[in-house]
Amino acid sequence: MQELKIHDPVIVLENVDVRLGELSILNGVNLSIGAGELIVVLGPNGAGKTTLLKLLLGLIRPSAGLLQVLGRTPQRGNQAIGYMPQHRVVEPETPIRTRDLVGFGLDGHRWGIGWPTRSRRERIDRALKEVDALSLADSPVGLLSGGEQQRLMIAQALLTDPQILLLDEPLANLDLAHQQEAVSLISRICRTRGVTTLLVSHDINPLLQVTDRVIFLARGHSAIGAPAEVINSEILSRLYGLPVEVAKVMDRFFVVGAEL
Amino acid sequence: MFSVFQYSFIQNAFMAGSIVAIAAALLGYFLVIRGLTFAGHALSNVGFAGAAGAVLVGIHPVFGLLIFTVGASVIISLIGKQIRERDVAVGVVMTFALGLGILFLSLYSGFAERAYSILFGTILGISRDDVIVTAVFSSLIIVGLGILARPLMFSSFDSDVAEARGVPVRALGVAFLILVALAVSVAVQVVGILLVFTLLVGPAATANRLTSQPARAMLLAIFLALAYTWVGILLAANTIWPVSFFIATLSFGVYLPVRLLSPRWWGSGSRDANDTI
Repeated sequence: MQELKIHDPVIVLENVDVRLGELSILNGVNLSIGAGELIVVLGPNGAGKTTLLKLLLGLIRPSAGLLQVLGRTPQRGNQAIGYMPQHRVVEPETPIRTRDLVGFGLDGHRWGIGWPTRSRRERIDRALKEVDALSLADSPVGLLSGGEQQRLMIAQALLTDPQILLLDEPLANLDLAHQQEAVSLISRICRTRGVTTLLVSHDINPLLQVTDRVIFLARGHSAIGAPAEVINSEILSRLYGLPVEVAKVMDRFFVVGAEL
Repeated sequence: MFSVFQYSFIQNAFMAGSIVAIAAALLGYFLVIRGLTFAGHALSNVGFAGAAGAVLVGIHPVFGLLIFTVGASVIISLIGKQIRERDVAVGVVMTFALGLGILFLSLYSGFAERAYSILFGTILGISRDDVIVTAVFSSLIIVGLGILARPLMFSSFDSDVAEARGVPVRALGVAFLILVALAVSVAVQVVGILLVFTLLVGPAATANRLTSQPARAMLLAIFLALAYTWVGILLAANTIWPVSFFIATLSFGVYLPVRLLSPRWWGSGSRDANDTI
């Protein structure tokens, strides 16, 4: 196995198919993502966005094609990948504190009880500080707002200093003002840490200022490129297999004729 | 009151009761956070059928308990999640097991006291050998939980990320249910099939309403379970009322005010007034 050179792509998919029985979820997907890029993954529901994340996490294997993450076949439990799943409702009485939940990101996968050391506590505090959530450290998780819960999930994902960050719909359930704060936070983390960031979203507009490239998935097919290169009538019509019109109004993209 | 300690059966009760209380409280913590408390109760009913069947064929009821509860755990783990979580399905199986147990008991031509002790606990009637067996099983549960502690908590609170991190979420679920089966089997000796909930769930549920720090919650649950058990045995030794009644009353009596009052306490985490969302 060769050493990963500084300009080698961090994520490579070549003609990747993912089939579930008769159903084809991804079909001939080709992607190459470089270190430190901030990529937004777009597409309608069921297009394969979550499947793509699961491929990168090593939770499912491609039915065909080449898939490499950081120069190797993806394995489950790769500490170099941080993952933030879709937001799930947390009941208010859930008996666990922010710092405990975030701490799972550090050693929750290891057997035994684990001893609380000062260095462990400091690492957790540092991660919380990075997402502006240190003051929430001792609060029960269920009492936090949706936006605060997202932030602590990002902190949890950052604890192992990953090289890749996968965020599944981090802007869902947030109102416009908080979306902007979340976008700034994610962009700041991506740039200061140089971590390759893949972000699944339903809407490109809040992310336009910070996105390097966009991956658009529809019906299992993909297109990758700068936002304007991908989000246009021609490319989207080809991907959807239906006439799709893209309008740009006030520097924002609006897709008509299909669900974005 | 404390003169009862001179009797060896009281000493046995205290020893067995203490180790069971610790194992039950720890396991109960995970039952509560995983939302499996009803499954715990269902397993005890299944265990009852096993214990009654064992008595019928002439072997020690604990073996019947263990075989049926562990077997049920494995089956529950294998069937689909949708079926497993339907309360109707669980209720039907559970009451069928109860009916089966009643059948076995009615076919048994021996002393009715065996039935009574399975249903309501037998802690005041166990031998020194029983104490050792109980201690061994309880220790197995405690050690098992100790080994599984971190990944089990991770997958209980955060199963998506846990899976991504390589935690074997499904296998852990199976292993945990087997530990539940063991815990039900030992707890039955203290409080009986019908009241297993009061020892397994009561202390842990109370503790989880009082603190959101896992370590503290577990210690508090152990403290409560031990307190209920000791007080229950002492009171039962000095009156004619059963141990399980006292434990159940204490368990409920403490949980109720905590549950009613705790929403007011719950909001007092250390949040800054100047927090920005």
